[in-house]
Amino acid sequence: MRERPLSPHLFIYRRAHTMVLSITHRITGVWLALGLCALVYWLMSAAAGEAEYGRATALLGGWPLRILMLGWLAAYCYHFVNGLRHLGWDAGLGLEKLQARRSAGVVIAVTLVGLAVAGYLLFCPRAGAP
Amino acid sequence: MNLRSPLGAVLGRGTAGEGVGHWRAQRLSALALVPLTLWFLVALIRLPLIDYAAVTIWIASGWNPVWLALLLVTLCWHARLGVQVVIEDYVHAPAIKTGALLASAGACLVLLAAGLYAVLRIALRGTV
Repeated sequence: MRERPLSPHLFIYRRAHTMVLSITHRITGVWLALGLCALVYWLMSAAAGEAEYGRATALLGGWPLRILMLGWLAAYCYHFVNGLRHLGWDAGLGLEKLQARRSAGVVIAVTLVGLAVAGYLLFCPRAGAP
Repeated sequence: MNLRSPLGAVLGRGTAGEGVGHWRAQRLSALALVPLTLWFLVALIRLPLIDYAAVTIWIASGWNPVWLALLLVTLCWHARLGVQVVIEDYVHAPAIKTGALLASAGACLVLLAAGLYAVLRIALRGTV
């Protein structure tokens, strides 16, 4: 079969920082899909009973998973706000170069605020942490 | 006997319109996830404790199991559509691509079934 063109051609474009936001949307999306496993594990443990739930929250509340959870919450903030940006583009809003750069700034700012809030919620003393 | 080639039979008829379905489903699920995920996070943050009793009572109370079920369906749907696009764009070897697509779709289904089962089991506890 003749070689056919494949999309997307990643390496023929001049790099622009909005491209980084675009690929980050996909990376955070895949990362959040992995977070779905943690969410379902947490729900299943609650369904299984108190002992199992205790084991799950001990695991999820431990340092390694708490850092993963911070990553999930930050990724959620990013994917949420950047997703709204994409929905705006789909509706034909904010497609100008300057507008796209400005909304990129908003996405980064909101993600940083979300990261700070998530960090506060996860690392201030609370019983368990889903 | 029809002598027209398969290509000739479809030329000029426009697209099947199927390609838009995926795109539209992705946007629709994204829109639905805006209120659903915000509701879930705010509700979790507002729980005074995240221990077993508080969480199971919250899951089982009022309309919460309904919203949780909708959240799970929409999340798994959106995840499946999104991961599918990523695999289609970046995995080029046919065998690995098909395998990855099947595995990710299957994983999303398993997660959905498990999540719904868990919510139902907690919500119906004491009634069955």
